[in-house]
Amino acid sequence: MELSEHIKTANVEAVTLRRPFHPALRGTLCVTSHHLLFSDRKDEASRQLLILIKNIDAIEKSVENLFGYPRAVGSSGTITIKCKDLLVLQLEIPGMEECLNIASSIEVLNIVITSHRQKERLLWDRWRVSKVNSDYSVCPSYPSAVIVPREVDDDKLIRSARFRQGGRFPVLSYCHHRNGMVIMRSSQPLTGANKKRCKEDELLLQAVIDGSELGYIIDLRSAQQAQQARMTGGGFESKSCYSHWKRIHRHHERGKVVQESLIKLVEVCSDPSHTVDRWLSKLENSKWLSHVHSALSTAGLVVECVERDGHSVLVHGSEGTDNTLLVSSLAQLILDPASRTVTGFLCLLEREWIQAGHPFQQRCAHSVYSHARLKQECPSFLLLLDCVWQVWRQFPLALEFSEALLLRLAQEVYASNYGTFLCNSEQERCAAGVKENTHCLFQSLLKPDIEEQYLNPLYEPTDLAIWPSVHPQSLQLWTGMFLRWTKHAQNMEEAREEVWRIVKEHRERAGPDRTNNTLSTHCDTLTPFENLMDELTIL
Amino acid sequence: MEHIRMPKVEHVRLVDRSSSRRTQVGTLYLTATHTIFVGKGSEDRNDLWVLHSLVCNVVKHKASQSGYPLLIICKNFQVIRFIIPQESDCHDVYISLSRLSRPEKYEELYCFSFNPNVDKAEREHSWDFLDLKAEYSRMGLPNKLWHVNPINREYRVCDTYPADLFVPKSVTLPVIVGSSKFRSRGRFPTLSYYCKENHATICRSSQPLSGFSARCLEDEQMLQAIMKSNPGSRFMYVVDTRPKLNAMANRAAGKGYENEDNYCNIKFQFIGIENIHVMRNSQQKLIEVSALHSPSMGEFLTGLENSDWLRHIKSIMEAGLFISKAVAEEGVSVLVHCSDGWDRTAQVCSVASVLLDPYYRTLKGLMVLIEKDWVSFGHMFSHRCGHLIGEAKEVSPVIDQFLECVWQLMEQFPCAFEYNEKFLISIHIHIYSCHYGNFICNSQKERKDLILCIIKEKAHSVWLHLWEKKLDFMNPLFKPDQSQNQGLLRPSTAPYCFKYWRRLYNRFDRELHPRQSELDCLMTVKEETQKLEEELALYEQKMAVLDKERAKTLYMQKGVLDSKQALWSLPLDTSLANTPQDYIGGAPNLCLFGDQTKSSDADNSDQESGVADFSSHSSGEESLPSEDSVKDPDSDETGPNRA
Repeated sequence: MELSEHIKTANVEAVTLRRPFHPALRGTLCVTSHHLLFSDRKDEASRQLLILIKNIDAIEKSVENLFGYPRAVGSSGTITIKCKDLLVLQLEIPGMEECLNIASSIEVLNIVITSHRQKERLLWDRWRVSKVNSDYSVCPSYPSAVIVPREVDDDKLIRSARFRQGGRFPVLSYCHHRNGMVIMRSSQPLTGANKKRCKEDELLLQAVIDGSELGYIIDLRSAQQAQQARMTGGGFESKSCYSHWKRIHRHHERGKVVQESLIKLVEVCSDPSHTVDRWLSKLENSKWLSHVHSALSTAGLVVECVERDGHSVLVHGSEGTDNTLLVSSLAQLILDPASRTVTGFLCLLEREWIQAGHPFQQRCAHSVYSHARLKQECPSFLLLLDCVWQVWRQFPLALEFSEALLLRLAQEVYASNYGTFLCNSEQERCAAGVKENTHCLFQSLLKPDIEEQYLNPLYEPTDLAIWPSVHPQSLQLWTGMFLRWTKHAQNMEEAREEVWRIVKEHRERAGPDRTNNTLSTHCDTLTPFENLMDELTIL
Repeated sequence: MEHIRMPKVEHVRLVDRSSSRRTQVGTLYLTATHTIFVGKGSEDRNDLWVLHSLVCNVVKHKASQSGYPLLIICKNFQVIRFIIPQESDCHDVYISLSRLSRPEKYEELYCFSFNPNVDKAEREHSWDFLDLKAEYSRMGLPNKLWHVNPINREYRVCDTYPADLFVPKSVTLPVIVGSSKFRSRGRFPTLSYYCKENHATICRSSQPLSGFSARCLEDEQMLQAIMKSNPGSRFMYVVDTRPKLNAMANRAAGKGYENEDNYCNIKFQFIGIENIHVMRNSQQKLIEVSALHSPSMGEFLTGLENSDWLRHIKSIMEAGLFISKAVAEEGVSVLVHCSDGWDRTAQVCSVASVLLDPYYRTLKGLMVLIEKDWVSFGHMFSHRCGHLIGEAKEVSPVIDQFLECVWQLMEQFPCAFEYNEKFLISIHIHIYSCHYGNFICNSQKERKDLILCIIKEKAHSVWLHLWEKKLDFMNPLFKPDQSQNQGLLRPSTAPYCFKYWRRLYNRFDRELHPRQSELDCLMTVKEETQKLEEELALYEQKMAVLDKERAKTLYMQKGVLDSKQALWSLPLDTSLANTPQDYIGGAPNLCLFGDQTKSSDADNSDQESGVADFSSHSSGEESLPSEDSVKDPDSDETGPNRA
């Protein structure tokens, strides 16, 4: 976020400045990123004033008369600025709102300027890269290097790994630069029927939230399922052992159920002879959109914890290789502007899916038409792409990439000339020599110039979180994917080409900078969606 | 005014449906025309204005802890929830609003008190904006086969038809009269659309009074003449848009449908579109689904399915497609009817026209189409939209369905329509709001007879108003020259092509809609390109002028001065040559600067208020709700002061 974005009101006219040894002066007040500028727009230097925001020690706003000056007439306010060099000034600002805006802008800027640098350093003070898994013995599905709290040493990690299914101990997935809050992910703890504990695991999570704060555990199973998991050796973090963590359960379907949803969905999409009623009931019956709905809602919940409430979050389901990754990567897409660029999005996939050990080979062995008996197939990745598409529909300017990129990925994940989606984990890829023997899809997409069709012509970066609406009315069937081979798709292609033509014509006339400028006026306010807020409050 | 028991209530709370946190406290005013809610300490944009004529229903709910809830349900699908502290106040508001929202006479409707700041001439001019005669001549009528028959000038043959009707030239007056006597309410077969290219027509009528065996020679001659007026074809279709069962039931009442044996060379076809009562119930269910508070995906889809709404839309679309294909591909004329020929017939004829003729996919074209097929042909707007207090059974969303069909087509063909969905929604509002005089009464005759004087004396026409705001309604993706957008549109009627129209039914649930608008953005980009191009042209023009002047100066200097003195002209020369460069260098900069300040302002306001601040008119979705329905920008005079 640019400093200037904290400025609510940049300019106020007819401000009266009072300061020692000078007569009161009327003029214009400007707030910039680093300065406060007052000028009566005349040439004399004495009639101008430039103050570094950093120099401001305290700011008081008031409507009462201070220092015996007559009380402001009408709607106006007075700001008293006390500088570090002991200068005290008064600004009488017409308009209550302007007065408050100026005061709060200065206050915020003062804080932001100070904390801008410190935050990044703080971040690395608290976290470190651990190579405990360099030979993949601690967790076979994790990459060789992971990020963990600095104060937790490798021994503790090994203990914690033993307490988590598949050794997937809590690791850092994302750190929110604005408030330093993090998204962690792991697999379920192996508490079992007799409520085993693991001190190191508890310490690890305690280290994440750093003392007195509260963290949220988003368990991607219903409370009942989590209870049942204890019978088979799994479990959940109990309140008594993890006192600073609050657990929220959100039910997500997984594995076979999701695969069958996809099969049903494709089946109904490929039969246009249905009546509308039959179509709707079959669409409902496939439950695919329900999966999209729950994935986006839970991701929204995570984002709310992190962005709005300022808490760290741990996400896990059972194994932590499917829905966990789905939710954590969607949350990042919503939160982090960097992950909405082409490069950023591909990095996100590399980090959260490929390195994080989503078992692509097992999950994508067959798609929907195969007669082979289902084993471990599950379209988690396709579900992610669908959710990303939904976000794009609601924020058509916010993503740098286009639907075509999502479609390409959907195709590559099942059958590919590249090695990117091969195997189930980094360990397997290493053993198979994937890096040495195949090409990387992501690299070929990005280099040397990304194909135009993968770009969104209307892209206009926004720093804010893009909260999608998760109301069923707002979610649609991804026609570009599921009705790809119908006439419908052709008309959409025509529209896409027309969008490009309009943007190109503009660029030709105005130059790319100007086009971006025009687009930027269209970034609407991005406000949190309320339904999730309500849910959180109830909890 | 005499109906207002309680002009002002303080400390009323306006409850937001989606979140109880966004409740506002303020004052509720009742005026002769509007309900107004002014939030406490809020700026203008938080005011809520609701036209009484838009109110569909007022409901009192059981008292809650905080007061007495009062619901105002509007015809544009907005539901407003107030909580009023005192029971007596709540009751008074309820009684007043119940009366105010159910006018008994046309004179009470808002269009007769709506008084924008325009003079008489302008108002009258607004009524001349659309000219149906011009529309028929655009189609190529009259011609050697079709002409306007003056028989209905006094509305004597059929009082629900317009005065000017096109019939085949070969048809004599007795045939028309005979045919009209054989049709429900005298609505004899007459032309609705004529296809220049192949002379095929869409004609419309009501059902024949055939009963089980009755015949009418004149009616048979009438159809024969229509068929013959299309020289290329040897038969014609007669499309009955009702389900076969309904049509058969009508026979018992002496009505029914054409017997293929009695009419020469007709092919008879049923297309099962349900009647107005089924449609009303279906929409009611749909509205209930749209108003569910955070339903699950399953609940929503099941509700949508159970409403049957999309099935009905599909059946109308299929009927339109059948007819348009018959006309464009087979070159065969079609006669369409239902029972009375003013509901389903209007829907189907106009959907077919939109599919057939690219003109109806332009702004003006759609206005003309509605004016022709709906307003002039006697769609009973007052009954169907419930403008006046009357039979609830007569209310039905027939025109909603037509607008929705057009919307579904726009979804399938994003580049084929000049207008966007805001245009459809604006038309929808104006049909129900009685803000303008276009959609009151049930037929042309009624409009002329009853209140002819006051409509044109006092009310305004909406079409000019919409036309003046046309930049808001433009689809930036419109590509009229593309071959697939010319001629017949062939929409898919696969079930997945029929979608839920969120913008119409959930228009006021802001959090449900995309936060960024692709189309608005494209529109701005497009406008700016155009502006830049115009600027460029202007500078080129100036350059040309300056070049000419320079040449002239040089020429004069050459002529007047001798070659030695010509050296003196050098500085003058260069200064002139500099001038155009200054324009080019200076002007775009200037304009860039202007633009930058503007866009940064817009950024700020975005951050703060969510109200986009582009001075251009593509001002985002937000502009729509605030307009017309809630508070009309030019209706200042109807505010509380005046009332």
